[in-house]
Amino acid sequence: MTTTQDTSSEESDVQEYSTHPGAFANHLFGGLSAGAATLILVTLAAVATFLFIEAWPAMSASTAELADKVHWLGDESGETLIATIGFLVYGTILISAIALLIATPLSVGIALFISHYAPRKLAQGLGYLIDLLAAIPSVVYGLWGAIVVIPVLQPFYEVLERYLGWIPLFAAGDDGTVSGTGRVAMSAGIVLAIMIIPIITAVTREVFLQTPTLHEEAALAMGATRWEMVKMAVFPFGRSGMIGATMLGLGRALGETMAVYMILSPGLTFSPYILQSAQHNTIASYIALQFPEANSDGVSALITMGLALFVITLLVNMAARWVVSRRSEFSGAN
Amino acid sequence: MKIATRTGAVLSAAALTFALAACSPSNEEEPESTETGTETSAEETEDAMMEAWRAGFQGLNADVTVNYDPIGSGGGRTQFTDGATSFAGSDALMDEEEYGLAVEACDGDSGAIHLPLYISPVAVIFNLDGIDSLNMDADTIAGVFNGEITSWDDEAIASQNEGVDLPSSAITIVHRADESGTTENFQDYLVKASSNWPADETSGDWQGAAGESGPGTSALVQIVQDNVGAIGYADASRAGELGTVALKVGEEYVPFSAEAAAAVVDASPLSTGANGENDLAFELDRTTTAAGAYPLVLVSYTIVCQQYDDETERALVTEFVKYVASADGQNQAASAAGSSPISSDLSARVTEILDGIAAG
Repeated sequence: MTTTQDTSSEESDVQEYSTHPGAFANHLFGGLSAGAATLILVTLAAVATFLFIEAWPAMSASTAELADKVHWLGDESGETLIATIGFLVYGTILISAIALLIATPLSVGIALFISHYAPRKLAQGLGYLIDLLAAIPSVVYGLWGAIVVIPVLQPFYEVLERYLGWIPLFAAGDDGTVSGTGRVAMSAGIVLAIMIIPIITAVTREVFLQTPTLHEEAALAMGATRWEMVKMAVFPFGRSGMIGATMLGLGRALGETMAVYMILSPGLTFSPYILQSAQHNTIASYIALQFPEANSDGVSALITMGLALFVITLLVNMAARWVVSRRSEFSGAN
Repeated sequence: MKIATRTGAVLSAAALTFALAACSPSNEEEPESTETGTETSAEETEDAMMEAWRAGFQGLNADVTVNYDPIGSGGGRTQFTDGATSFAGSDALMDEEEYGLAVEACDGDSGAIHLPLYISPVAVIFNLDGIDSLNMDADTIAGVFNGEITSWDDEAIASQNEGVDLPSSAITIVHRADESGTTENFQDYLVKASSNWPADETSGDWQGAAGESGPGTSALVQIVQDNVGAIGYADASRAGELGTVALKVGEEYVPFSAEAAAAVVDASPLSTGANGENDLAFELDRTTTAAGAYPLVLVSYTIVCQQYDDETERALVTEFVKYVASADGQNQAASAAGSSPISSDLSARVTEILDGIAAG
């Protein structure tokens, strides 16, 4: 179909409908939906522009100049803006990775149970419950994590250190023990995992439910067990959806502020010790921590960090899109 | 507190607006004439005290509307020195540059002055079973918080607490993760009173050993409460059931109290950079040996002009600040926020200064 044909057919449509009583509503709705779609692009562009303009004073200032104006950025202490962003990006990715490592297998398991194993009634109830988890505000997760979960987890960390302390991840601090309060990256990762499970589960469940019944029945007819059927029919079909869901979860974990803010004893290092306090912090939590008392240069520096987070999130989402589009060609969908 | 002005504004003669950093946003459009001040400190307890003062002042002056508009800290003093607001509240003193800017912002050449209207002791809190109070000198506290003293039965602590059964467990240091006035005053005390604190200059950011930390007073107190062996510092009103440290002042150990906190302010000299005798900017004497004084305190000032260009503005500001300085206002704050009332001498002095403020 060529462009000319396209336009002419559109024109004829317009003529045909111009006297129709619904013509105005038809145009109006078309305009509104196009406007809504444009608005999201404009908003994204506006956010990016805002971040860049506001971050510019801090980005263009020399390190010494900036350290002079913003007291939590020290030139000689090695905590320049770039270094601080480095620590924070590392912390953000580390904690999100812990969350993802815990949440992904659990979510896929839950989704599979709901879609293929549980009796219909139970599956429905469980689905509602999982969706309900997603509705809990993150500040509540943070409070619950800080007051209830951490004291329970702390003894396990000691056990983990005793038997697996030779792995750097679980190593003890200089005083020979792990954090006595449990306010460490591992705790933040675990609570974040609980927060992103509903998202990953909801999406993977929907994808698994889309598996063509014919594929499943064909597998079963060949004498496959249920697990073999899942392996042969459900997983290949849902792989891209699973990856997309995981990336959605990662997106939330990267930007999550309150829970980390309330659970973690922050620090700025590149250390791998996830059972020691004062080692890591995330970008979002750092911004929340420093913003209330920051002066205008400080705010600019914080917005530079926000820009870094924006870029990371964008990259993650683009990577996810790319993986999904590449995989979809090979999935059972076609 | 609900402020009804939008529709029934007939009765409101004026509105007094001020802003306090952190917490509790409530913005209301002001009627006809408006006074604006900015309160810039970020301590939770001061929110409570501002609420109490606002309520109290409006109870006495039904036709005046007091607004409450939280803005960021640093911005507060800037707004005042820009001339955008009529008064400001701050728990740090103005620096030389700000003094200069204030001269331009205020009417006449007399500039702005500090009035100390909120005094709050900062308690060193700890969580040990069966121990309510420990004695420590400044060096010991600095040693604990810079990580040199790591167990509760360390000789440095034990020697000052004979007869107390100290456990051999490790000390968990808890500090504020955010920048705070409590941290600043605590570290100012350690910088000046101890010989072994690693930093030479006071800062609102933590400078001691990396330990556990939480954002805000509530989180810090929560961490100390949840962990036996933890030690931290917080506004004394938040100490609750936790054990507290009595500071060594002279040869005595002084536990925190409202009177002891007010006493150190009365014993402190005025800052050398002060703007004339009416500028009650105290150089807090952390090393005082005055009997019964507790040097670990946080003082918050109200910054006002010595001369306003408008009579209504002057009247509103002085009336409000006078109420805050009165026994009534101070008791309101003490019951709402657990602060220490300023001494009656200081209150009288503040009232006298306020009466001297001119309108040009």
